Amino acid sequence: MRRGAFVRELLRRPQGAFGVGWLTLIVLSALISRFWTPLDPFDTDPYSAWLTPSFGHPFGTDSVGRDIFSYVFAATGTTVVVAVASGVVATVVGVGLAALGSLTARWVRESVAVLIDVLVAFPTLLIAMALAAAFGGSLTVVVVAVGVGYGVTIARVSRSEIRQVARTDYVLAARANGLGTGAVLRRHVLPNIAPVVVVQLSLSMATSVLAEAGLSFLGYGAPADTASWGRLLSDLQKFIGVHPGSVVWPGLAITLTVLALNLLGDAVRDASDPRLRSRLRSRRTGRDTPGSPSTSGPSTAPPRATAPGAAGTPTTPGVVS
Amino acid sequence: MSLVIDDLTVTVGDRRVVDGLSLDVPDGARVGLIGESGSGKSMTTLAVLGLLPDGARATGSIRLDGRELLGASERELAGLRGRVVGTVFQDPRTALDPVVTVGRQIAEPLRLHGRVGRRDARARAVAAAAEVGLPDPEAVVDLYPHQLSGGQRQRVGIAMALINRPGLVLADEPTTALDVTTQAEVLALFQRLVDEQRTSLLFVTHDLAVLSRITDHAAVLSHGRVVERGPVEQLLHRPEHEVTRGLVEATRATTWRAS
Repeated sequence: MRRGAFVRELLRRPQGAFGVGWLTLIVLSALISRFWTPLDPFDTDPYSAWLTPSFGHPFGTDSVGRDIFSYVFAATGTTVVVAVASGVVATVVGVGLAALGSLTARWVRESVAVLIDVLVAFPTLLIAMALAAAFGGSLTVVVVAVGVGYGVTIARVSRSEIRQVARTDYVLAARANGLGTGAVLRRHVLPNIAPVVVVQLSLSMATSVLAEAGLSFLGYGAPADTASWGRLLSDLQKFIGVHPGSVVWPGLAITLTVLALNLLGDAVRDASDPRLRSRLRSRRTGRDTPGSPSTSGPSTAPPRATAPGAAGTPTTPGVVS
Repeated sequence: MSLVIDDLTVTVGDRRVVDGLSLDVPDGARVGLIGESGSGKSMTTLAVLGLLPDGARATGSIRLDGRELLGASERELAGLRGRVVGTVFQDPRTALDPVVTVGRQIAEPLRLHGRVGRRDARARAVAAAAEVGLPDPEAVVDLYPHQLSGGQRQRVGIAMALINRPGLVLADEPTTALDVTTQAEVLALFQRLVDEQRTSLLFVTHDLAVLSRITDHAAVLSHGRVVERGPVEQLLHRPEHEVTRGLVEATRATTWRAS
């Protein structure tokens, strides 16, 4: 698929435009906050505690006089690092396990299937807390716990997708062309399950943002010298009865970021499927599929049956951890 | 390239789906294998390719130009598939990868076996698309399968099977999923290409009428066994076995209904 067409398709959808827009903002903030924040996010000043939002303090200040905007801004770095790192871990673990659990010799794939089912039963957040209790709270613990925890979910979903694709005629045809298992996986299986994996990946990144916030809220996540939305939320919620306005900011940041990731996942899946894409376009312009050459003779092309990835895949934009 | 199948038996569990099948495809010959669905036709082609499904076992002998294929290493077989043995599958709606462009699929055997660069592969795919009569080959190679009609997709399948100029082509009901008019066009195309390239052909079908247009000799398969063999004309006009007679009746019925 041409890259330009994909980006155009992505941005045409409101979900895609919102997801790309918000996440770009977050990533830019993360980059900028490495070098510059409006005020030092850890600079306390008891005389300016609980200032209401003003030009100097757009989100106001907290109980010890820290600038909430600078803190939220600085915490984007933590969020991005955790989301990307755990996303990478989850994809590698997930697709790797799924491939092992579907394309290998029978005893290997069946043992892997059992392993996946067992691991799915472990709640991710509990694993993270156990790891944090054992090794001390750190972002690495969050990344490993969420990465492996969600990787197993990705593995379970992609395993059934891979098995479906592996049974198709086009995989048989590819093998009849001389492709080995590795080449079949790379050229035919992965491109066909990619939409599903991308949706799962965006869900896993959303989960990791939530998990990091949750663990930091509970004191198991980011260490004290690292800015984190969850930690700020936990600091501010003690005063929610007195200063309810302040809690809104980290809460909003978390909510919008998780929402953006979920919506982006859906938009990417829709935009990356060439069948879905041209169907949408032909509906929009009211003409036939683009560039379709004149049919030879009165042959009829029956509408394509749904292929794996196009339907029957979990796409609920909700986060379960 | 000659294919000699000798006493081939394929078992799935304790069921014999192919039972002692022997069949010769001499160099450059076109041979048909005909039978009702479930008679073991497809299993035979899969056995030749070494792509039997999990749990199926083959015994006997399959020799390609004297080289034994049964029990050959996966590596050796993979080197033959798509290079010296081309395969056309039954249903062009499912035999093409929906998310890979037509051109890349046509060129896949080429890039795999031929060490051909991306640009050369595209040029060869365009040439192959033109050869199988796809309209506007320069543009068609950038389309996805769902943008083509059934007949066009089967032309893609044929282009893919023939791009490495294989010595043997296996065709597993390549026209069954097409409507009658398209069927005739695709058959004519098939006939022309096989003639031009002088490849040997094993054509599997359940339709005697189709077979009579493309092969000279055929074997009739029923429950995994060959029950009758001979020139197609003879099978069509003087069938001896009742299964053959049944197939002839079926052909008459469909031809009559079609006209």
